[in-house]
Amino acid sequence: MKIKFWGVRGSIPSPGPKTVRYGGNTTCIEIRTGNNELIILDGGTGIFPLSQTLLKELPVTANIFNTHSHWDHIQGLPFFIPIFIPGNKVRLHGSFDPISGEGVERVIAIQLQYSYFPVREVEMKSRFEYVNVMPNEAVTVGSATVTPVLLNHPVINLGYRIECNGKSVFFTGDHEPHTNIYNPDEDGYAEYQSLIDVQRQSIENAIKGVDVLIADSAYTIEEYPAKKGWGHGTFDSCIQLAQAAGAKILYCTHHEPTRSDDALEKVFAEALARHPGAEGKLDIRLAREGEEIVI
Amino acid sequence: MTATSTELARKLSAAVEKMPAFPKSVQRVLEITRDINCQPKELVMVIEKDPVMTMKLLRILNSAYYSFPTPITSVNQSVVYLGINTIKNMALSFAAVGVLPPTNAAGFDIQRYLMHSLTTASLARMLCQKFGADDTDPTDCYIAGLLHDFGKVVFAQFMPVEFKEALAMSEEQATSLHAAEQKVIGADHSLVGAMLVEKWQFPKLLTETIRHHHGAILPGNTLQSCLFMADQISKKLSMGNSGNLVVEELPPALVNRFGGDMDDIIAQLGDLTGMVNEAQSFTKGSKELMA
Repeated sequence: MKIKFWGVRGSIPSPGPKTVRYGGNTTCIEIRTGNNELIILDGGTGIFPLSQTLLKELPVTANIFNTHSHWDHIQGLPFFIPIFIPGNKVRLHGSFDPISGEGVERVIAIQLQYSYFPVREVEMKSRFEYVNVMPNEAVTVGSATVTPVLLNHPVINLGYRIECNGKSVFFTGDHEPHTNIYNPDEDGYAEYQSLIDVQRQSIENAIKGVDVLIADSAYTIEEYPAKKGWGHGTFDSCIQLAQAAGAKILYCTHHEPTRSDDALEKVFAEALARHPGAEGKLDIRLAREGEEIVI
Repeated sequence: MTATSTELARKLSAAVEKMPAFPKSVQRVLEITRDINCQPKELVMVIEKDPVMTMKLLRILNSAYYSFPTPITSVNQSVVYLGINTIKNMALSFAAVGVLPPTNAAGFDIQRYLMHSLTTASLARMLCQKFGADDTDPTDCYIAGLLHDFGKVVFAQFMPVEFKEALAMSEEQATSLHAAEQKVIGADHSLVGAMLVEKWQFPKLLTETIRHHHGAILPGNTLQSCLFMADQISKKLSMGNSGNLVVEELPPALVNRFGGDMDDIIAQLGDLTGMVNEAQSFTKGSKELMA
C-alpha cells in the first residue's frame, strides 16, 4: 500500500515562504492499494495537484472518502479535474447530516451552485456517484476494505480504517478526544465518564494495530485550553492515541495555518520530548506535503 | 356581549385551546444557545427535561442513518457520539418549529411565516441592544418577535376558510391583514395570539405586547417599540412573508424614540445578511423536521 500526502494544513490554505517545507494545501491524502486502486481521503486544496497527476492515467476510478463537510476537507472537490472528463468514475463517500437531513450529495450540490462555481452539477462529465456510509459498516473498494468510525468534531466526522493485503492505515480527519461536560463533583459526571470510556475504547479498537495512523494534531497542549470544544487534538493526544492503539507509525497532521515550518518543528520536538517512552516502539512523524511512503 | 360576539369569543377560545403546548424548554434552548460558549451540560439538562424534544432527538439518531453498536438511549450519550454542536443545532431546529403544523387548509405559507417571525425576532433583539434605554431584556424582544404573529397560525389551523378569505382580501385590496381579519372574522391575529401566549403562561408584558402589536404605540414601552419597528423593517426589507405586506407608518413618537425614520434605523443596524442567512437556513431545516 502506498500513501502520499497532498495537503496537511488545517482550516485554510497557507502558502508562503514560511510553509514551503511542510506545505500550505489543506487536507488530501492519496492511497494506492497493491492493485493500484485509487482511494483519496478528503478533498481539501491538495486534491488539485493530485488530480493533475491523474491526467496521464485516464480513465480513472477515484474513490473519495470525505471525513466531514468542513471547508478545509471539501474545498478542492470542484477542482478535481477528472470529474469533468468523460470516461472517469468518481465515487464520493461520506456521512449523512442529521441537521440538514441530507447525505454527502449535499456537499457537491451546495459547492456547485451557480454563484459559487461556473459549472453546474449536471454538467459534470464523469460518472459521479454518492455513497452515504455508516459508522462501523465496511465498504469494499477493489482489494481494500474501508471502515468508517465515528469520531468527535463539531460536525459529524468519520475516521477511516483502510486495510489491504494485511496492511492498514487509519486517518482521523478532525478529532478531539472526548472530555467530560460535568465537573467531578456534579451528578452526571460518573455516567458521562462511563459513556466516554466506552466510546474511547471503541475508537481505540477501531485503530488497533494499524501500520500507520494519521491524526489531527492541530494544537499544542499549551494552546488547547483556549480551543477546547473546537474539535481538534493535540500532538500529545495523538501520541497517546497511537500508543493505546498500538500503531507502528504516527503522522501528525492538520497543521495550524499560522504555524511556520520552524515553529512546527519546534512544537513537535517539544511534544516528542514529553513522551520518551514512545521511542523505539512508535515512529512519530510530521506529515509533509509531497511525502510518500510504502508499507 | 351580543350573541354574535359571544359566539366569536367561544370560537376563538376553542381554537386557542386546540393549539399544542409551547414548552418552556424551547424558550430555554433559545436562551442558552445564544451564547456561543454555552455550557454543554446546561443544554443537556434542558433537553432531558423535555420528553418530546428528547424523543425527537433519539428518534432521528436511532434511525437507519447511523448504525450505532447500541441504540442511543440518553441525551448524554447523543452528545458523546455526535458532539455538543450537532445536538445544539438539532435542538434549535426543533425549538423553532416544535409547535408549527406542517400544512394548513388556508394555504398560509408556514415557511415564509417562519422566516418573517425569525427575522422580526432577531431585529427586535438588535434594536433593543442598540436603542434600549431601560432594563428591557433583549431576549424578551426576541421571543416577542418570534411569537407576535402566532395568532395567524391559529387562524390557519382552525379557521382556515375565514382566514383564507382575509388573506385574499388583504392582497387584493392592498389593505393590512389585521384589518381584513377584522372584517371577515371579527377579530384579528393580535388578539388570538395574545390569548395563545397567555395560555402558554408567558409573562403578562409579553402577552400585552402581542395584543397591541398593531395598536397604539407607547414609546415608553421598549418591548412594544422594538417589536413594532422590527416587524415593519422585516416587511420593508421583504424578509419572509406573514401574509401582510403593508408596512405601517412610523408614529412620530417612535421617530423621536429611535432618533430617525426607518431608513436611518436600518442604516444604523448595519449589515443584516448574516442574520437573514441564519434565519433562512433555520427555515429550510424546519421543513424536513415538520414532515
